[in-house]
Amino acid sequence: MSADASNRRVVVKSLFGAAGMFAFAIFILPPMYDLFCEITGLGGKTGDAYTAVDVRVDTSREVRVRFVASNNASMPWIFKPEKDSVVVHPGEPTEITYFAHNITDEDMVSQAIPSLVPNNVADYFHKTECFCFENQPLAAGDQADLKLIFIIDPDLPEGVNSVTLSYTIFDITDRAADPIAQL
Amino acid sequence: MAHGPATLADGWRAYISRWVFTTNHKDIGTLYLWFSFAMFLMGGAFAMVIRAELFQPGMQLIRPEFFNQMTTMHGLVMVFGAIMPAFVGLANWMIPLMIGAPDMALPRMNNLSFWILPFAFAILTSTLFMEGGGPNFGWTFYAPLSTTYAPESVNFFIFAIHIMGASSIMGSINIIATVMNMRAPGMTYMKMPLFVWTWVITAFLLVAVMPVLAGAVTMMLMDINFGTSFFDAAGGGDPVLFQHVFWFFGHPEVYIIILPAFGVVSQIIPTFSRKPLFGYSSMVYATAAIAFLSFVVWAHHMFTVGMPIAGELYFMYATMLIAVPTGVKVFNWITTMYKGSLTFETPMLFSIAFVILFTFGGFTGLMLSIAAADMQYHDTYFVVAHFHYVMVAGAVFSGTAAIYYWLPKWCGKMYNETMGQVQFWVAFIGFNIAFMPQHFLGLAGMPRRYADYGLQFADWNMVSSIGAFIYGGAQIMLLYNVIATIRNGKPTTEEKTWEGAEGLEWTVPSPAPYHTFAKPPEFK
Amino acid sequence: MLKRAQALFLSLLSLVVLLPIAGSALAESPASQLNMPQGVTEVSQAAYDIHMIMIWVCTVIGVGVFGFMFYVMYAHRKSRGAVAENFHEHLGVELLWTIVPTIILIVMAFPATTALLKVYDTDNPDIEIKITGYQWKWQYEYLGEGVKFMSELRTSDDEVYGREPKGEHYLREVTEPLVLPVGKKIRFLVTGNDVIHSWWVPDFGVKRDAVPGLFTAGWAKTDKPGTYVGECTELCGQGHAFMPVVVEVKEQAEYDAWLANKKAEAVEYASTIGKEWTAEELMAKGEGVYLQSCAGCHQADGGGIPGVFPAIKGSPIALGPQIGHIAVLIDGVPGSAMQSFADQLSEVNIAAVIHYQRNAWGNDVGDVTQPIDVLNYKQSK
Repeated sequence: MSADASNRRVVVKSLFGAAGMFAFAIFILPPMYDLFCEITGLGGKTGDAYTAVDVRVDTSREVRVRFVASNNASMPWIFKPEKDSVVVHPGEPTEITYFAHNITDEDMVSQAIPSLVPNNVADYFHKTECFCFENQPLAAGDQADLKLIFIIDPDLPEGVNSVTLSYTIFDITDRAADPIAQL
Repeated sequence: MAHGPATLADGWRAYISRWVFTTNHKDIGTLYLWFSFAMFLMGGAFAMVIRAELFQPGMQLIRPEFFNQMTTMHGLVMVFGAIMPAFVGLANWMIPLMIGAPDMALPRMNNLSFWILPFAFAILTSTLFMEGGGPNFGWTFYAPLSTTYAPESVNFFIFAIHIMGASSIMGSINIIATVMNMRAPGMTYMKMPLFVWTWVITAFLLVAVMPVLAGAVTMMLMDINFGTSFFDAAGGGDPVLFQHVFWFFGHPEVYIIILPAFGVVSQIIPTFSRKPLFGYSSMVYATAAIAFLSFVVWAHHMFTVGMPIAGELYFMYATMLIAVPTGVKVFNWITTMYKGSLTFETPMLFSIAFVILFTFGGFTGLMLSIAAADMQYHDTYFVVAHFHYVMVAGAVFSGTAAIYYWLPKWCGKMYNETMGQVQFWVAFIGFNIAFMPQHFLGLAGMPRRYADYGLQFADWNMVSSIGAFIYGGAQIMLLYNVIATIRNGKPTTEEKTWEGAEGLEWTVPSPAPYHTFAKPPEFK
Repeated sequence: MLKRAQALFLSLLSLVVLLPIAGSALAESPASQLNMPQGVTEVSQAAYDIHMIMIWVCTVIGVGVFGFMFYVMYAHRKSRGAVAENFHEHLGVELLWTIVPTIILIVMAFPATTALLKVYDTDNPDIEIKITGYQWKWQYEYLGEGVKFMSELRTSDDEVYGREPKGEHYLREVTEPLVLPVGKKIRFLVTGNDVIHSWWVPDFGVKRDAVPGLFTAGWAKTDKPGTYVGECTELCGQGHAFMPVVVEVKEQAEYDAWLANKKAEAVEYASTIGKEWTAEELMAKGEGVYLQSCAGCHQADGGGIPGVFPAIKGSPIALGPQIGHIAVLIDGVPGSAMQSFADQLSEVNIAAVIHYQRNAWGNDVGDVTQPIDVLNYKQSK
């Protein structure tokens, strides 16, 4: 094999490698990261809708769940949980609402992002229904009670007695109207 | 021999064409070296602005907004403009000479990979003069500060990063091809000089991670301009994802900077010990091990971001492991000196200082790897001190050593030994006065990237600034020494400049002729 | 002239000797500190302990390695007639210095792991406090107590820019510190509003990044009342160095009184909204609010920074209809650094600062903005 040919092979292989790493960074890393988050509960991200299975309710155990609401930058809505905290038994479905009020004179769309502390219990925090699964539009001046039903898994590790669930709402009005961003 | 390279005597037109269109590895190496030195001075000037502002508490010279641009540009210019091109320049000059090749494998691509660099840095520097200012989000450019909250100029910054990445990837492919295909007969892989080895491994690292950086800035570009939300929590993305992608590039990047430095030192210490390098093969394996580990430790830059404890533990253990191959290298260098016949010319002084200071930086690195303690160190001046001990003492000291070591080969003139040693001591003392106190500042609680600080940090900041000015002065002395050598140095024609030097580069005349090894040399 | 090697040796020696001397001289001034603080919580103590273990391990290794190196540099110089030997490998030694460090690291991993477990032990808190990083201030919310407030830098621009002498607490003072009781386990839930910040109190050993949309937890429990100062440690823009953290730890009774007072204040404040304020009152209050919350970007003279932050002086918003001006403060300007102040400033403060902006530096609208106007804007929709 001539030197030119083997140089060409090195170049082609390296460029393929480089292109592969580029694709890896854009197309593989983000979904891999999401998957990783879901598995480990990294960032306290809770999973998608959970189909309730018939589970025992562990009445011997009590877990306090505290609710927190935050507004991201330039999100003018009033957003708060109906109560600060509840004490639940693992396995028992609990319903709670968050109150949202669009105080502006424009129709807006919001998205709530959950975060759970301590974040390694995200795996044991199941939501059968949550307003965070979809974006929430509110017309100018409207208010709404946003519903959340959750079950704490009876397999919740020993020693975890208090969990804090927080939602941050973001203004995604522009994004919701932008077809590219929907991709 | 045919007509040599154009000189000024042939007219400036011919002279400029020579440099613009050159495909000669020595010319391109020279271009890289001078360019990186210019960038080094520019990045150094930014550092002087930073240290001058931090000389006393309060804002005296500049505004916090501009201060942030200075820290960002200092980091970007030093990493991408000074250190990386400097080592590419050394590779261009020395790898063909060391492996007995007539030139690089892909000379035209070599020309291109250099000549796009000045454009990248012209674009990057011009952002400082744009409305809204240049990049002000740190060289790590964490989203959303670098996306939603970035100045307008961020698109130019992204474009400049893309060009630098393309340049690095082309340069690396060239080095890989050269080493794989152009070695002289008899030059097996395990006989290559260590500088060549460390560079090949570095080149593979570059090909693997520069595209990841390109991916990161591309995702930023799309978030900023096309409404995607890779890094925006509102749209289902995550700002922390940016940090993972960035450090997946960023950690190998710091080894990209340091591995060629290991190579340089592994050439110089045996020369002035008059004794072969101890543990050659373990050096090669240690380098490869460090390169591999660099891919699996990235999140140790993110211990405070709120990872699950299992993640923290894994990244802590993996990071601690890096100390093992790094330790092997240090022990090898010292054992190379053991029972040698040592002399202390300027390149040797810089190399010994490298070993001492780099090891010191390695110790603080080991401390930083302990996640619980890192909760206190993270993003303070302790980290700044740590990475300047490994980056400046690592890359800049070894780069300076390389300049003194090979300068006689490059230009056929000998530098003035007294001037070289004076420059060494000014640099060594200035460096330690500048950066040693930063450990204390960090432990006492001063965060990095602070434009202003409380009165309790005043003393050490002043000491550090004074040291930084001394160290800055040392670089001017280096420039003077190099120019004085080229213009008035004592001519030397010896092939082997240093008594203990080994290797093919010391079998060609000094200065190295424009074309070398047209016929492959015999390597025993 | 000294021989080179001797010069090298002496210089290194003098460096090693001189640095600690220089250090101890400086250490005598009480403000200077050289080492990590031991702090007042279990977490900070754990960090300090592992830090000291690491320092000693590194020191011992360093003395050994460098000691041997300096000996070699002294003993095997060519000028002393040393003749180079030719050995270049020795499997035994090489294995030894691979295996021994590995064992040292494995041993060190145990205390490192224990310390980290302590950092993560955030369960069963007595009090939970939500900490939100804003550009460039902190918001503290006592969960379940209905108490929340902003804590911003109190040091004036005049001190920063040298027009006034710097006070004793330069950049270490805030409008309202975080107040905690002794002996209670506090869980901090840290998040960010705009960009990433990081909440750090060295004496607690708590440093947690404040990432928008994400909550990270840290904890503290201390028996030592006092004032503890911390910083923001993640680059967050131009005010990064100007958003300190100040925490006051008080005895339980004092804390209870403070909290009760805080709750009463919140109630009382709600009642001030209905009051009719005079132009003078608003102007005086508005100036203070302006310097605290707006001047950082728009400058004390309302002139802004051309190309970065728009001027308020002579701006069409400040000279236009009142309702538009209120809208900008309540809703923010999407896509710009102008955020919503609806959550950060009370209705009274918003009314006052709007009144001030419309009637200062030559702006001469002359109208009066009442807190009730702001509240109406918020509720009218």
